Amino acid sequence: MNRTLMRKSTNSFMTLIFWTCGLFLAAVLVFVIAYLFKQGWSVLSIEFLTEPPSEGMTAGGILTPLVGTVELVFVSMLIALPVGVATGLYFAEYSNDGILTRLLRVSIRLLAGVPSVIFGLFGLSLFVVLMNFGSCLLSAGLTLGCLSLPLIVTASEQAFLAVPQDYRDASFALGATKWQTIVKVVFPSAASTIITGAILSIGRVAGETAPIMFTGAAYFAPDLAKSVFSQVMALPYHIYVLATASTDIEAVRPIQYGAILVLIAIVLGTSAVGVVIRARLASKSGR
Amino acid sequence: MKKKKSRSVDAGFGGAGDRAALRIVSSVSAVGILLMLFILGFLVVNGLPVLKEASVGGILLGLDWYPTEEPPALGMLPLIAGTLSATLLSSVISLPVAFGLAVFTAEIAPKYMRNALKVMLELLGFLPSIVLGFLGMMVIAPWMQEALGVASGLNLLNASMLLGFLVVPVVASLSEEALCAVPQELRDASYALGATRWETVIKVVVPHAMRGMLSASLLGVMRALGETMVVLMAAGGAAIIPRSLTDPIRPLTSTIAAEMGETAVGSVHYHALFFAGLVLLVITLLINLISMYVEKRGQRT
Repeated sequence: MNRTLMRKSTNSFMTLIFWTCGLFLAAVLVFVIAYLFKQGWSVLSIEFLTEPPSEGMTAGGILTPLVGTVELVFVSMLIALPVGVATGLYFAEYSNDGILTRLLRVSIRLLAGVPSVIFGLFGLSLFVVLMNFGSCLLSAGLTLGCLSLPLIVTASEQAFLAVPQDYRDASFALGATKWQTIVKVVFPSAASTIITGAILSIGRVAGETAPIMFTGAAYFAPDLAKSVFSQVMALPYHIYVLATASTDIEAVRPIQYGAILVLIAIVLGTSAVGVVIRARLASKSGR
Repeated sequence: MKKKKSRSVDAGFGGAGDRAALRIVSSVSAVGILLMLFILGFLVVNGLPVLKEASVGGILLGLDWYPTEEPPALGMLPLIAGTLSATLLSSVISLPVAFGLAVFTAEIAPKYMRNALKVMLELLGFLPSIVLGFLGMMVIAPWMQEALGVASGLNLLNASMLLGFLVVPVVASLSEEALCAVPQELRDASYALGATRWETVIKVVVPHAMRGMLSASLLGVMRALGETMVVLMAAGGAAIIPRSLTDPIRPLTSTIAAEMGETAVGSVHYHALFFAGLVLLVITLLINLISMYVEKRGQRT
C-alpha cells in the first residue's frame, strides 16, 4: 500500500514540475515583452518611424534603418523565393532515389544548420570581394537570400506534398502533361501555403544581424540607399551599434528600446501572421 | 500525411516541353548543392593560407590570440574553449527545461493550452537574437554585477542563460513532435497495466521517442554553437580559457563578428578569421551529420 502511495505522489510531483515548465515559459515571454514595452513605449510615434537618426544617432527616429531592413528583405526574397520554390517543387514532384536528390537533401539540411556568421563570411568572400560588388545592399541581400533558402525549400516542399494526389491524377486523366499539371493544378493549390512559408522566412531574415555586419550594413548612412550598390542601415545592426558604440547612453536609451520594439513588431508580427494563416489553411484542408 | 506517389501514372507523359521543364527545375534546384559546396570551398580557400604563418597544431592548441600584433599570435584554443563552454553550459541549463516543456505540451497540458504553448514556442524561436543580446547587456549584466558581486556581468553564465532561450524552442518543439508520434496504443497499454502517467511517460513514451529527442537536442546544441549576436554582446569578449562561471569568454563566432570589420582583405588576420569560421563550420557539419544518422537509424527500426 505504501508503494502505491509512493508512486502516486511521484506522479503528482512530476506533474507539478511539468506544469511549472509550461507556465515558466509563458511567464518569461510575457515578462520580456512587457518590460520592453514599458521601456520603449514612450518614444514610439509617427515621427519616430518617419525621421532619420540625427545628432550622431542620439536623437531622431529610425526611418533609414527601417527602410534598409525592408529593402534587404526584398532583395533576399527576390533571389531565395524562385530558387527555393523550384527546389521544393523538385523534391515533391520530380525527386527519385537518385544521387542528385540525395545530395540535394543532405545539402539543404546542412545549409539549415550553417551558423549565420558563416553566411556572412561567405557573402564577404563571394559577393563583396570576388564579384566586387563591395559592401552594399545587393551583397547583404544576396547573403540573406542564401541563408533563407533552406527555410523556403522546406516550406514549399511541404506545400506541394500537401496537394492531394487525386488532383494530379484527375489532371493527367484529362490528358494534361506533367508540366501543365504542375502549373495549372498543383501550383495554384499550393500557392497560399508557399506564401505562408515565405512570410515566416521574412520574419527570420528581418532579425538577422551577423550575416549583414560585413556584407552591407552601414554603421551610419545619412540617406536612404540610392542604388543596390550603396550601403544601407539595418534595424538589427542599428540596435547593435546603439548598444555598443553610443556616445550618450542616457539620451540613446529610449531610442534603443523603441528600435527593439519596432524590430520585434516586424519580426513577431509577420511570424504571427504566418502562423495564424498556416493554422487556418491546415484546418480548412482538414488535417 | 505523406501521400504515396504513383510513378506509373507520370511515366506515360513527357513531351519535349516536359523534359525541358524537368531540366530547368532540376538545374535550379542544384543551386542548393552548389551553395553548400561554395560555402565550404570559400572558407577553405580563404582560411588555409593562414597555415603559412602557423601550424595547425599551433593554431588549434595555442593559448594566445593577438592577431594584430607583429608577429601575430594565432592560438585559437581560448576561442574554441569559449565556444565549447558556452555551448555546454547553455545545453545543461536549457535541455531539461526543453524536455519538460515538450512532455508538458505533448502529454499533460489541456488542449487549449497546448496550441497556445506551441504558438508561443514558435514565436520564441523567431525572437531575433540581437534582442536577447541587448537584454543580456543592458539588464542582466548590471543585475548580475550587483547581485553576485562579480567583476563584470558580461560573462559565460550570462551568455549561456541567454543562449538557453534560443535552444529551448528548437529542442522543445522538435521533441514534442517526436513524443506526439508515439502511438496512442502504447500509452493505453501502459495505463491498462495500472501505470501512473509519470511511469507511462518515463518508461514507455520517452524511450520510444528517444531518437527524435536526441536528434532535437543535437540541433539545439548546434543553434547555441553558431549563435553570434548573443555572445558578441553578453559574453565579455576576453580571449581566455574560462575557469569559473563568471569568467568572460570570446567564442569563435563573436571573434569573427567583432574583428572582421576592422581587417584588411587578404591579411594574415583575415585568413585567420576565415580559419576560425572553418573550424566552426566543420564542428556544426559534423553534429548535423550525426543528427541525420540518428534520425535515419530511427526510421529503419
